[in-house]
Amino acid sequence: MTAIDPAPVTRRPRVATAWLGGCSGCHMSFLDMDERLIELAGKIDLVYSPIADVKVFPADVDVTLVEGAVTNDENEHAARTIRRNSRFVVSFGDCATAGNVTAMRNRFTREELLQLAYVDLARGEIPTIPNDTTLAKLLVRARPLHEFVPVDAFLHGCPPSADEIWLAVSALVEGRKLELPAAYQRYG
Amino acid sequence: MAIVTLTIDGLAVSGRDDETLLSIARQHGVEIPTLCHLDGLTDVGACRLCLLEVEGSTRLLPACTAKPVEGMVVHTSTPKLQRYRRMIIEMLASEGNHHCAVCVSHEHCELQRLAGSVGLQSVRVPYLYPDKKLDATHPLFVMDHNRCVLCTRCVRVCHEVEGAHTWDVGFRGIKSEIVAGLRVPWGDVESCTSCGKCVSVCPTGALFAKGATVAAMEKRTAFVKYLVTARRSKEWVGDILEEGDE
Repeated sequence: MTAIDPAPVTRRPRVATAWLGGCSGCHMSFLDMDERLIELAGKIDLVYSPIADVKVFPADVDVTLVEGAVTNDENEHAARTIRRNSRFVVSFGDCATAGNVTAMRNRFTREELLQLAYVDLARGEIPTIPNDTTLAKLLVRARPLHEFVPVDAFLHGCPPSADEIWLAVSALVEGRKLELPAAYQRYG
Repeated sequence: MAIVTLTIDGLAVSGRDDETLLSIARQHGVEIPTLCHLDGLTDVGACRLCLLEVEGSTRLLPACTAKPVEGMVVHTSTPKLQRYRRMIIEMLASEGNHHCAVCVSHEHCELQRLAGSVGLQSVRVPYLYPDKKLDATHPLFVMDHNRCVLCTRCVRVCHEVEGAHTWDVGFRGIKSEIVAGLRVPWGDVESCTSCGKCVSVCPTGALFAKGATVAAMEKRTAFVKYLVTARRSKEWVGDILEEGDE
């Protein structure tokens, strides 16, 4: 793992979490830190997250945890914005790290996938493939975050455990080198 | 057969000249990572994880097949070897569709364990997401080619221990795949005795028992060496129970 520069002492570390092509399970595990969240809240400013109502990814973020693979054009745009605006980017969980479940659709073409999901397996209503222009467009393949932007550290697991997230986040916000115990040095 | 002396990671050791460097290293407590090797089966040097550096040679030698030479100076864990081992695991990961979190062998997988031990953080080559098939035609077992690392343990145990030779390797290079019979559905192969040895020795979740769910497959491999030793030397010795067995 790469060492992070010590967080600026002049202000509290600005932390963000983002949810790309994933199931939100990594964020659920983040919430599983339970009472430690209170301690964390006292140390950081959470400037962007699915659990904070912020519409636009802000500038000058110290640490961003990114859940999910990059599976559509909106994810790709978000990944680039996050990288541009964050000093330290963490692939948060197996989908961000390796594609994982999100990438299981890669054996199908986008057309086959939409046909399967919205027509062949549809129940009840008249099957229609949604085509609203405001909807994000699927990329040809779902891919891990680091295939789009440089990533500074990886948290493995589906999801990473609350203890692992706690170790990683507390190290990063305190500007310490991120060194996880051997038990967390696993793949997938 | 003669005894030779050599140096492994600075340690002066001796061994028989018909043993492999892997065997000698392990007898002296030097651990070398392996994947295609399995105690009891013929070694084929397929996975390249056990590559060693030998002083005076520019070639890297696979420990599982290389024999010792008098005065040899061997290094098992140089930065270069560590880098190569990590690259091998990354390429194995990128060439399959492993999806560890939803695999029957999750947390009991040799590939996953190796990835951790070589310090894999992420796969730095692009994932290929190949279009691989799953063969569920056998009544008891499934072969999921998406998780196969082509170690050929299944091929060897079936041929050498069970004597059935149901499995073989078809095609070439990156298109290589394990085939049943003359590449027919597994369930149609009459030579298969349904003994399940291939399933037991498979290091990943490529071969598994029907009905196994996520993380449910734990493989047991010690029986291979036990059986082979018994046949060769008529000695029923060695461990058949493994770590974690009651």
